[in-house]
Amino acid sequence: MISMDSTEAIYNGLKDAGINFIVSVPCVNLTRLLNLIDEDENITHIPVTREEEGIGLCAGAYLGGMKTAILMQNSGLGNSINALKSLTELYEFPLIMIMSHRGTEGESICGQVPMGQSTPRILEAMDFNFFKPETPEKAYESVVKSWELSEELKKPVSILLEIKYW
Amino acid sequence: MQRRDAIEKIMESIDDELIVCNIGFPSRELYDIEDRLENFYMIGSMGLASSIGLGLAIAKPEHDVVVIDGDGSLLMNMGSLVTVNACSPRNLTWIVINNGAYGSTGNQETYAKDLNLAEIAGSVGLKSHCFEDIDLKEIIKNDECNFISFECEPGNSSAPIIEFTPIFIKERFMNSLKKIS
Repeated sequence: MISMDSTEAIYNGLKDAGINFIVSVPCVNLTRLLNLIDEDENITHIPVTREEEGIGLCAGAYLGGMKTAILMQNSGLGNSINALKSLTELYEFPLIMIMSHRGTEGESICGQVPMGQSTPRILEAMDFNFFKPETPEKAYESVVKSWELSEELKKPVSILLEIKYW
Repeated sequence: MQRRDAIEKIMESIDDELIVCNIGFPSRELYDIEDRLENFYMIGSMGLASSIGLGLAIAKPEHDVVVIDGDGSLLMNMGSLVTVNACSPRNLTWIVINNGAYGSTGNQETYAKDLNLAEIAGSVGLKSHCFEDIDLKEIIKNDECNFISFECEPGNSSAPIIEFTPIFIKERFMNSLKKIS
Protein backbone atom coordinates (compact mmCIF):
# COMPACT_ATOMS: atom_id res chain seq x y z
CA MET A 1 0.00 0.00 0.00
CA ILE A 2 1.28 3.47 -0.86
CA SER A 3 1.69 5.59 2.23
CA MET A 4 -1.18 7.94 3.02
CA ASP A 5 -1.33 10.94 5.28
CA SER A 6 -4.01 11.28 7.95
CA THR A 7 -6.49 13.06 5.68
CA GLU A 8 -5.91 10.92 2.58
CA ALA A 9 -6.47 7.78 4.65
CA ILE A 10 -10.01 8.89 5.55
CA TYR A 11 -10.75 10.12 2.03
CA ASN A 12 -9.48 6.90 0.40
CA GLY A 13 -11.39 4.83 2.94
CA LEU A 14 -14.65 6.63 2.13
CA LYS A 15 -14.01 6.25 -1.61
CA ASP A 16 -13.21 2.55 -1.34
CA ALA A 17 -16.28 2.00 0.84
CA GLY A 18 -18.34 3.44 -2.04
CA ILE A 19 -19.57 6.52 -0.16
CA ASN A 20 -21.11 9.00 -2.59
CA PHE A 21 -23.23 11.28 -0.36
CA ILE A 22 -21.67 13.27 2.49
CA VAL A 23 -23.11 15.89 4.83
CA SER A 24 -20.91 17.97 7.07
CA VAL A 25 -20.57 20.51 9.82
CA PRO A 26 -16.92 21.63 9.77
CA CYS A 27 -14.06 21.14 12.21
CA VAL A 28 -10.63 22.70 11.73
CA ASN A 29 -9.13 19.20 11.72
CA LEU A 30 -11.42 18.19 8.82
CA THR A 31 -10.49 21.17 6.62
CA ARG A 32 -8.34 19.28 4.11
CA LEU A 33 -10.74 16.35 4.00
CA LEU A 34 -13.66 18.68 3.26
CA ASN A 35 -11.63 20.25 0.43
CA LEU A 36 -10.87 16.85 -1.10
CA ILE A 37 -14.54 15.92 -0.95
CA ASP A 38 -15.59 19.21 -2.53
CA GLU A 39 -13.22 18.58 -5.44
CA ASP A 40 -14.60 15.07 -6.03
CA GLU A 41 -17.27 15.11 -8.72
CA ASN A 42 -18.50 11.67 -7.72
CA ILE A 43 -19.39 12.70 -4.19
CA THR A 44 -22.41 14.87 -3.41
CA HIS A 45 -21.39 17.06 -0.47
CA ILE A 46 -24.04 19.03 1.40
CA PRO A 47 -22.94 21.28 4.27
CA VAL A 48 -25.73 21.47 6.87
CA THR A 49 -26.63 23.96 9.59
CA ARG A 50 -26.75 21.40 12.38
CA GLU A 51 -25.72 17.75 12.57
CA GLU A 52 -29.23 16.48 13.31
CA GLU A 53 -30.40 17.96 10.03
CA GLY A 54 -27.59 16.05 8.31
CA ILE A 55 -28.84 12.77 9.78
CA GLY A 56 -32.20 13.47 8.10
CA LEU A 57 -30.51 14.23 4.77
CA CYS A 58 -28.53 10.99 4.94
CA ALA A 59 -31.71 8.99 5.58
CA GLY A 60 -33.40 10.56 2.55
CA ALA A 61 -30.37 10.06 0.33
CA TYR A 62 -30.16 6.40 1.37
CA LEU A 63 -33.84 5.96 0.46
CA GLY A 64 -32.81 7.29 -2.94
CA GLY A 65 -30.04 4.70 -3.30
CA MET A 66 -26.94 6.56 -2.08
CA LYS A 67 -24.23 5.49 0.37
CA THR A 68 -23.95 8.07 3.10
CA ALA A 69 -21.56 9.52 5.66
CA ILE A 70 -21.53 12.49 8.03
CA LEU A 71 -18.39 14.48 8.84
CA MET A 72 -18.48 16.47 12.07
CA GLN A 73 -16.97 17.24 15.45
CA ASN A 74 -17.93 14.96 18.30
CA SER A 75 -20.04 17.85 19.62
CA GLY A 76 -22.37 17.06 16.71
CA LEU A 77 -23.05 13.66 18.22
CA GLY A 78 -24.78 15.47 21.08
CA ASN A 79 -26.80 17.49 18.60
CA SER A 80 -28.10 14.40 16.82
CA ILE A 81 -28.66 11.67 19.41
CA ASN A 82 -32.44 11.47 19.02
CA ALA A 83 -32.30 11.40 15.21
CA LEU A 84 -29.65 8.67 15.31
CA LYS A 85 -31.95 6.55 17.46
CA SER A 86 -35.45 7.46 16.24
CA LEU A 87 -34.58 7.67 12.55
CA THR A 88 -31.28 5.98 11.65
CA GLU A 89 -31.52 3.02 14.02
CA LEU A 90 -35.32 2.75 13.98
CA TYR A 91 -35.45 2.32 10.20
CA GLU A 92 -32.07 0.54 10.02
CA PHE A 93 -30.37 3.09 7.78
CA PRO A 94 -26.64 2.36 7.43
CA LEU A 95 -24.38 5.38 8.05
CA ILE A 96 -20.69 6.16 8.57
CA MET A 97 -19.93 8.91 11.09
CA ILE A 98 -16.47 10.46 10.78
CA MET A 99 -15.88 12.45 13.94
CA SER A 100 -13.09 14.81 14.80
CA HIS A 101 -12.76 13.89 18.46
CA ARG A 102 -11.99 17.13 20.26
CA GLY A 103 -11.31 17.48 23.96
CA THR A 104 -8.71 14.73 23.75
CA GLU A 105 -4.94 14.85 24.47
CA GLY A 106 -3.48 18.12 23.16
CA GLU A 107 -6.77 20.09 23.23
CA SER A 108 -6.25 23.82 23.69
CA ILE A 109 -9.90 24.84 24.10
CA CYS A 110 -11.32 23.96 27.51
CA GLY A 111 -14.87 24.10 26.18
CA GLN A 112 -14.22 20.95 24.15
CA VAL A 113 -13.19 18.83 27.12
CA PRO A 114 -16.47 17.80 28.84
CA MET A 115 -18.14 16.53 25.65
CA GLY A 116 -14.87 15.06 24.43
CA GLN A 117 -14.44 13.01 27.58
CA SER A 118 -17.99 11.68 27.46
CA THR A 119 -18.14 10.95 23.73
CA PRO A 120 -16.93 7.31 23.78
CA ARG A 121 -19.23 6.49 26.69
CA ILE A 122 -22.18 8.13 24.94
CA LEU A 123 -21.56 5.91 21.90
CA GLU A 124 -21.32 2.88 24.19
CA ALA A 125 -24.59 3.82 25.88
CA MET A 126 -26.19 4.10 22.44
CA ASP A 127 -24.92 0.61 21.55
CA PHE A 128 -23.10 2.01 18.53
CA ASN A 129 -19.81 0.51 17.35
CA PHE A 130 -16.85 2.83 16.94
CA PHE A 131 -13.20 2.72 15.97
CA LYS A 132 -10.40 4.86 17.43
CA PRO A 133 -7.62 4.48 14.87
CA GLU A 134 -4.24 5.94 15.79
CA THR A 135 -2.49 5.73 12.42
CA PRO A 136 -3.55 6.49 8.85
CA GLU A 137 -3.25 2.79 7.97
CA LYS A 138 -5.60 1.76 10.77
CA ALA A 139 -7.95 4.64 9.92
CA TYR A 140 -8.15 3.57 6.27
CA GLU A 141 -8.92 -0.02 7.29
CA SER A 142 -11.61 1.11 9.75
CA VAL A 143 -13.35 3.47 7.34
CA VAL A 144 -13.30 1.09 4.40
CA LYS A 145 -15.07 -1.66 6.32
CA SER A 146 -17.50 0.62 8.18
CA TRP A 147 -20.22 0.73 5.53
CA GLU A 148 -20.61 -3.02 5.34
CA LEU A 149 -20.34 -3.28 9.11
CA SER A 150 -23.08 -0.68 9.46
CA GLU A 151 -25.33 -2.60 7.07
CA GLU A 152 -24.66 -5.79 9.00
CA LEU A 153 -25.20 -4.27 12.48
CA LYS A 154 -28.14 -2.16 11.23
CA LYS A 155 -26.72 0.83 13.11
CA PRO A 156 -24.37 3.74 12.42
CA VAL A 157 -20.64 3.04 12.75
CA SER A 158 -18.32 5.82 13.95
CA ILE A 159 -14.66 6.63 13.46
CA LEU A 160 -13.30 8.79 16.31
CA LEU A 161 -10.23 10.74 15.28
CA GLU A 162 -8.43 12.20 18.28
CA ILE A 163 -6.31 15.35 18.08
CA LYS A 164 -3.06 13.36 18.09
CA TYR A 165 -4.25 11.34 15.05
CA TRP A 166 -3.83 14.35 12.75
CA MET B 1 -60.57 23.26 7.60
CA GLN B 2 -58.35 21.00 9.69
CA ARG B 3 -55.16 19.13 8.86
CA ARG B 4 -56.95 16.04 7.57
CA ASP B 5 -58.93 18.15 5.08
CA ALA B 6 -55.68 19.85 4.06
CA ILE B 7 -54.02 16.49 3.37
CA GLU B 8 -57.07 15.41 1.36
CA LYS B 9 -56.74 18.57 -0.74
CA ILE B 10 -53.02 17.92 -1.27
CA MET B 11 -53.66 14.31 -2.33
CA GLU B 12 -56.00 15.48 -5.11
CA SER B 13 -52.86 16.65 -6.92
CA ILE B 14 -50.72 13.57 -6.28
CA ASP B 15 -50.11 10.81 -8.84
CA ASP B 16 -46.68 9.16 -8.77
CA GLU B 17 -44.88 11.72 -6.60
CA LEU B 18 -42.76 10.52 -3.68
CA ILE B 19 -44.13 11.76 -0.35
CA VAL B 20 -42.25 12.22 2.91
CA CYS B 21 -44.77 12.80 5.68
CA ASN B 22 -44.31 14.32 9.12
CA ILE B 23 -44.46 12.27 12.33
CA GLY B 24 -47.64 11.68 14.31
CA PHE B 25 -51.15 12.55 13.15
CA PRO B 26 -50.06 13.87 9.72
CA SER B 27 -48.69 10.42 8.80
CA ARG B 28 -51.66 8.64 10.39
CA GLU B 29 -54.10 10.81 8.46
CA LEU B 30 -52.25 10.39 5.18
CA TYR B 31 -52.16 6.62 5.77
CA ASP B 32 -55.91 6.64 6.40
CA ILE B 33 -56.73 8.88 3.42
CA GLU B 34 -54.52 7.18 0.86
CA ASP B 35 -51.89 4.63 1.77
CA ARG B 36 -49.56 4.18 -1.19
CA LEU B 37 -46.21 2.57 -1.93
CA GLU B 38 -44.59 5.97 -2.51
CA ASN B 39 -45.45 7.27 1.00
CA PHE B 40 -42.65 7.45 3.55
CA TYR B 41 -44.19 7.77 7.00
CA MET B 42 -42.07 9.20 9.80
CA ILE B 43 -42.38 7.34 13.09
CA GLY B 44 -39.74 9.31 15.04
CA SER B 45 -37.31 12.25 14.76
CA MET B 46 -39.68 15.22 14.80
CA GLY B 47 -38.48 18.12 12.66
CA LEU B 48 -36.64 16.16 10.01
CA ALA B 49 -39.31 15.69 7.31
CA SER B 50 -37.86 18.45 5.13
CA SER B 51 -34.30 17.15 5.63
CA ILE B 52 -35.29 13.61 4.63
CA GLY B 53 -37.17 15.04 1.64
CA LEU B 54 -34.17 17.14 0.65
CA GLY B 55 -31.79 14.16 0.74
CA LEU B 56 -34.26 12.12 -1.29
CA ALA B 57 -34.80 14.88 -3.85
CA ILE B 58 -31.05 15.26 -4.37
CA ALA B 59 -30.57 11.50 -4.70
CA LYS B 60 -33.51 11.04 -7.09
CA PRO B 61 -33.56 14.09 -9.39
CA GLU B 62 -35.79 12.30 -11.90
CA HIS B 63 -38.65 12.01 -9.37
CA ASP B 64 -40.84 14.70 -7.89
CA VAL B 65 -40.67 14.76 -4.09
CA VAL B 66 -43.40 16.29 -1.91
CA VAL B 67 -42.82 16.89 1.82
CA ILE B 68 -45.89 17.20 4.04
CA ASP B 69 -44.59 19.00 7.12
CA GLY B 70 -46.09 20.84 10.09
CA ASP B 71 -45.51 24.19 11.74
CA GLY B 72 -44.26 22.76 15.04
CA SER B 73 -41.80 20.58 13.16
CA LEU B 74 -40.59 23.48 11.04
CA LEU B 75 -39.92 25.49 14.21
CA MET B 76 -37.77 22.60 15.45
CA ASN B 77 -35.59 22.65 12.32
CA MET B 78 -35.57 26.23 11.05
CA GLY B 79 -32.05 25.71 9.69
CA SER B 80 -33.60 23.48 7.06
CA LEU B 81 -35.02 26.59 5.38
CA VAL B 82 -31.55 27.83 4.48
CA THR B 83 -30.16 24.41 3.58
CA VAL B 84 -33.11 23.64 1.31
CA ASN B 85 -32.73 27.07 -0.26
CA ALA B 86 -28.97 26.62 -0.76
CA CYS B 87 -29.55 23.27 -2.51
CA SER B 88 -32.89 24.16 -4.16
CA PRO B 89 -33.48 20.85 -5.95
CA ARG B 90 -36.02 21.64 -8.67
CA ASN B 91 -37.96 18.44 -7.95
CA LEU B 92 -38.76 19.34 -4.31
CA THR B 93 -42.06 20.77 -3.05
CA TRP B 94 -42.16 21.45 0.69
CA ILE B 95 -45.65 21.96 2.10
CA VAL B 96 -46.01 23.11 5.70
CA ILE B 97 -49.48 22.67 7.13
CA ASN B 98 -49.72 25.50 9.66
CA ASN B 99 -52.47 24.79 12.17
CA GLY B 100 -50.67 26.78 14.88
CA ALA B 101 -50.60 23.75 17.16
CA TYR B 102 -48.60 20.75 18.28
CA GLY B 103 -51.44 18.52 17.10
CA SER B 104 -50.14 15.09 18.03
CA THR B 105 -49.38 16.06 21.63
CA GLY B 106 -52.71 17.69 22.46
CA ASN B 107 -52.93 20.82 20.34
CA GLN B 108 -50.74 23.08 22.45
CA GLU B 109 -50.23 26.39 20.62
CA THR B 110 -47.05 26.92 18.60
CA TYR B 111 -45.29 30.24 18.00
CA ALA B 112 -46.18 29.79 14.32
CA LYS B 113 -49.81 30.54 15.07
CA ASP B 114 -49.38 34.19 14.14
CA LEU B 115 -46.48 33.81 11.72
CA ASN B 116 -46.57 34.08 7.96
CA LEU B 117 -44.43 31.06 7.14
CA ALA B 118 -44.47 31.73 3.38
CA GLU B 119 -42.99 35.17 4.05
CA ILE B 120 -40.31 33.71 6.31
CA ALA B 121 -39.38 31.08 3.72
CA GLY B 122 -39.37 33.74 1.03
CA SER B 123 -37.04 35.92 3.10
CA VAL B 124 -34.26 33.31 2.95
CA GLY B 125 -34.70 33.05 -0.82
CA LEU B 126 -37.14 30.17 -1.28
CA LYS B 127 -39.83 30.48 -3.91
CA SER B 128 -42.85 30.48 -1.60
CA HIS B 129 -46.61 30.43 -1.86
CA CYS B 130 -49.82 30.17 0.13
CA PHE B 131 -51.78 27.05 -0.76
CA GLU B 132 -54.99 28.93 -1.46
CA ASP B 133 -53.29 30.99 -4.21
CA ILE B 134 -51.85 28.16 -6.28
CA ASP B 135 -52.56 25.13 -8.43
CA LEU B 136 -50.52 22.53 -6.51
CA LYS B 137 -49.98 20.27 -9.52
CA GLU B 138 -48.50 23.15 -11.49
CA ILE B 139 -46.14 23.98 -8.63
CA ILE B 140 -45.02 20.36 -8.25
CA LYS B 141 -44.36 20.06 -11.97
CA ASN B 142 -42.53 23.34 -12.46
CA ASP B 143 -38.75 23.27 -12.52
CA GLU B 144 -38.19 25.01 -9.21
CA CYS B 145 -37.88 24.21 -5.54
CA ASN B 146 -41.07 25.46 -3.87
CA PHE B 147 -42.25 26.15 -0.34
CA ILE B 148 -45.98 26.23 0.38
CA SER B 149 -47.72 27.31 3.55
CA PHE B 150 -51.15 25.74 4.05
CA GLU B 151 -53.10 27.49 6.82
CA CYS B 152 -55.75 25.58 8.72
CA GLU B 153 -57.35 25.09 12.12
CA PRO B 154 -56.02 22.75 14.81
CA GLY B 155 -57.65 19.36 15.35
CA ASN B 156 -56.99 15.68 14.79
CA SER B 157 -59.19 13.11 13.08
CA SER B 158 -59.69 9.57 14.35
CA ALA B 159 -57.10 8.16 11.95
CA PRO B 160 -55.70 4.84 13.18
CA ILE B 161 -52.13 4.16 14.26
CA ILE B 162 -50.03 2.95 11.32
CA GLU B 163 -49.70 -0.79 11.63
CA PHE B 164 -46.48 -1.12 9.59
CA THR B 165 -43.03 -1.55 11.12
CA PRO B 166 -40.45 1.13 10.27
CA ILE B 167 -38.44 -1.46 8.31
CA PHE B 168 -41.51 -2.35 6.26
CA ILE B 169 -42.19 1.33 5.53
CA LYS B 170 -38.59 1.81 4.37
CA GLU B 171 -38.40 -1.35 2.26
CA ARG B 172 -41.78 -0.86 0.62
CA PHE B 173 -40.84 2.70 -0.27
CA MET B 174 -37.44 1.71 -1.67
CA ASN B 175 -38.95 -1.17 -3.66
CA SER B 176 -41.47 1.20 -5.21
CA LEU B 177 -38.56 3.36 -6.38
CA LYS B 178 -36.94 0.36 -8.07
CA LYS B 179 -40.15 -0.34 -9.96
CA ILE B 180 -40.74 3.17 -11.25
CA SER B 181 -37.12 4.03 -12.10
